[in-house]
Amino acid sequence: MASINDVVIKIGTVNGTGSASANGLLRKAIFRMGVPVVGKNYFPSNIQGLPTWYEIRVTGDGYSCRSDRVDMMVAMNAQTYARDLAEVEPGGCLIYDSTWPRSRLLNRDDITIIGIPLSKMCNEHFDGARARILMKNIAYVGAIAALLDVDLEIIKSLLEETFSTKQHLIASNMEAIHLGYDHASQNFPCPLPARVEKMDATKGHIVIDGNTAAGLGCMYAGATVGAWYPITPSTSLMDAFRTFCSRYRVDPETGKRTYCIIQAEDELAAIGMVLGASWNGARSFTPTSGPGISLMSEFIGFAYYAEIPAVIFDVQRTGPSTGMPTRTQQCDLISCAYASHGDTKHVLLFPADPAECFYMSPQAFDLAERLQTPVMVLTDLDIGMNDWMIPELEWDESYVPDRGKVYDAEDLEKMEKFYRYLDVDGDGITYRTLPGVHPKGAYFTRGSGHTKLGAYTEDSAEYQEVVDRLLVKWETTRTMVPDAEIRYSKFNKAAILTLGSCDGACKEALDRLEQQKVGLNYCRVKAFPFTAAVREFIDQHEVVYVVEQNRDAQLRTLLINDIEADQKKLVPLLHYDGMPINAGSVVAGVLEEIAKGRAA
Amino acid sequence: MTYIAKPKISHPSLPKNQLGLTTRDYEGVVSTLCAGCGHDSVTAALIQAVFELDIEPHMLAKMSGIGCSSKTPAYFVSQAHGFNSVHGRMPSVTTGAYAANRDMTYVGVSGDGDSLSIGVGQFVHAIRRNLNMCYLIENNGVYGLTKGQFSASADIGSKPKKGLPNQQEPIDPASAALALGATYIARSFSGDKEQLVPLIKGAIMHSGFSLVDVISPCVTFNDHEGSTKSYAHTREFYKHVANIDYIHPSEEIKASYAEGDAMPIHLHGGDTIVLRKVDRAYDPTSRAEAFKLLRERYNAGEITTGLLYVNDERAEMHELMHNIDTPLAQLPYEGLHPGSDELRKLQSRYR
Repeated sequence: MASINDVVIKIGTVNGTGSASANGLLRKAIFRMGVPVVGKNYFPSNIQGLPTWYEIRVTGDGYSCRSDRVDMMVAMNAQTYARDLAEVEPGGCLIYDSTWPRSRLLNRDDITIIGIPLSKMCNEHFDGARARILMKNIAYVGAIAALLDVDLEIIKSLLEETFSTKQHLIASNMEAIHLGYDHASQNFPCPLPARVEKMDATKGHIVIDGNTAAGLGCMYAGATVGAWYPITPSTSLMDAFRTFCSRYRVDPETGKRTYCIIQAEDELAAIGMVLGASWNGARSFTPTSGPGISLMSEFIGFAYYAEIPAVIFDVQRTGPSTGMPTRTQQCDLISCAYASHGDTKHVLLFPADPAECFYMSPQAFDLAERLQTPVMVLTDLDIGMNDWMIPELEWDESYVPDRGKVYDAEDLEKMEKFYRYLDVDGDGITYRTLPGVHPKGAYFTRGSGHTKLGAYTEDSAEYQEVVDRLLVKWETTRTMVPDAEIRYSKFNKAAILTLGSCDGACKEALDRLEQQKVGLNYCRVKAFPFTAAVREFIDQHEVVYVVEQNRDAQLRTLLINDIEADQKKLVPLLHYDGMPINAGSVVAGVLEEIAKGRAA
Repeated sequence: MTYIAKPKISHPSLPKNQLGLTTRDYEGVVSTLCAGCGHDSVTAALIQAVFELDIEPHMLAKMSGIGCSSKTPAYFVSQAHGFNSVHGRMPSVTTGAYAANRDMTYVGVSGDGDSLSIGVGQFVHAIRRNLNMCYLIENNGVYGLTKGQFSASADIGSKPKKGLPNQQEPIDPASAALALGATYIARSFSGDKEQLVPLIKGAIMHSGFSLVDVISPCVTFNDHEGSTKSYAHTREFYKHVANIDYIHPSEEIKASYAEGDAMPIHLHGGDTIVLRKVDRAYDPTSRAEAFKLLRERYNAGEITTGLLYVNDERAEMHELMHNIDTPLAQLPYEGLHPGSDELRKLQSRYR
């Protein structure tokens, strides 16, 4: 099992024991060595006491998805020891705390078992129960550093950055690092054959989670009103927005804020606030997850019909109902696309990673204001809460927000009379006004039947004229949303079509299939409605494997429904167990279909 | 509904306000409510109030949910922006609108179904935030558009047109608002314009959440004998406790107001309201007294009206959040992000 920079470390602990910072330290240290990493957190919906895992995939090839194996297991949780042991790849190793005799432990002779008396050493060197627990985590990082050959100097400089204001903690943390490091080096052959080595593949990159990137994107987009109700896994998006705003949006002299974050009483109120603020001309957004979308649906339909901009981030989690709140899925595609009663359809954006969370944030506001309709950014727990390596984010200084078709006071002054829903330009997008700007701009916003002039109606023809015009707008939308990412490997008849966080797994799967002489083309849709290129792509192929993370092939349904894609061509490849998709499952799915006689 | 176009004729002798506008300039489209509906009288009082306050029509936002009451924003100030939202959700839309633009005047019109049943959660939380708005409840104890079901404000023993009397405890919006910390609480009767107009004016000028609970009888479904929300019942049992006069900043406070039963209250914006107590012992700046009064009078079968409670000291929503004075929607984009260099710098922690 000798390998360089291709190793998966999984650390099993008990949640609430402070292991996150230790795991982050290890992940960062490897990244600072110039080696690409993927950090995945598998955590329970609980505050303290249940099993939790952190997985670090060291990937010199720079893949971005979860791995399908574990090379090094750090089994710190007695509760899960048996399953953690079973999960290790043959030839791999398992580290455990050998402070206590573990005669009844299961054993395996096809892996290396490494016992380190972590508790004993920490109890001898540190005072206080909490410090001992925390230092035990740091000590296993030290042991892993020795076993994998992680640079201690880098670990030290990271600790210095973290504790720049608490100098004494640098020394104690380094002491714990050395406890683990020295014990491992003295008792085991270090480094192991599968280890880490410095390279130069992370230059110009950062490691960040999607919620932080989206929060940052909202600040750069110029959002001023954020309304939300806390829900896993979207909470950290508003937390990030708040953090950035408190740094950059507070007048240092007066202490006054240029942002307003309102923690609503529920999601119904959160979306209502977003609509009120957007109606009044502020860029406004709400982050939520599936259950929140269910609650927001009535207002989403209102915004569609009354034509009010809104930006909604849906950080999807496993459904149905409460489902598994800390597990990931792409299961809200249909509920978002057609949220609310009546004939409604909504613009969706599908970022694939934190970089796209950042860049699609201003794009979402631009589209919402240009199209005067809700735009939903569908990320998921995997993107939102896990650590992704992405190219450093850049800001284009020439960016000007697209505020859409808004008549200002000057326009209104010249006008004889303003009517809210007249399709002046023939693209289905009408002109709006902002309250308080000019007396001629006043109109009545309503979710009840209205004419193109904005008046109440129960007249069939007048009603239908407006809802038909919304279809014209829908076709305009198709030309404005971000186009799909399309890659041709060579001329062939089969392809993978996917979205969002499946991107990394699919691209890795394409590489692996290529090695097996299966060349597939690739299309990743970035938005709903689907662009002309997506339809064309499907038309070009005989078989299209639609890879997505839900049980009911929701993306496939949308393709059939929105662009009348030939459903016989669309072969669903589904992954929906709540864990992020990996390349192995895509490869297996494709090969299985080929074995059944499908074209490759 | 606008089946009938309203003729726009101004009589030359109509009084003008400081903007040079007459009450006709504050009117809306013709009401489609039932003839004699209390809500139409409330609409008339609202028109009078905003006219007298010299509010520029386009600086007024008329907010509502769903129901008979929520239709009424179409019937006043056509030149104001209206937002007829979804059932029970007017407070959240108003919260967002106010967050974006604090310069406008927000009047929400709701009903007892909209505020005390489907929308009770939003009603409660708008109060907690001390949202700076005038919140009117046109309270008739009944669902009109769905033909006569009891609402949550129906009194125990009140009889419906058909079926058995109500047996459930009513929710009194004024008492609820008092418990929740509303900073201006008034109650009136749609048939008492003299009392209602100044109460609405005070509510609009008050900085913070103002509730005006208006008993507004439903002539079609709740105006019969045995109903406690009928015209006859309300006229018989309603009592003034503390009325107000609204004093425009340009007016002088007359000497007579200094007498024992009158009390000037200076509002944040420089306006003054003068409290005229009918009950000399009553102090509407005391939350505890307001509680006691509401409970005792309710038990005695009376409908207590007037300015029940006022607290002009508490900070309203934007002040509580330390937000900039300029409306957020009007901030230039350039100041809202720290630029590309800072973006590069702030990412050092993710390296």
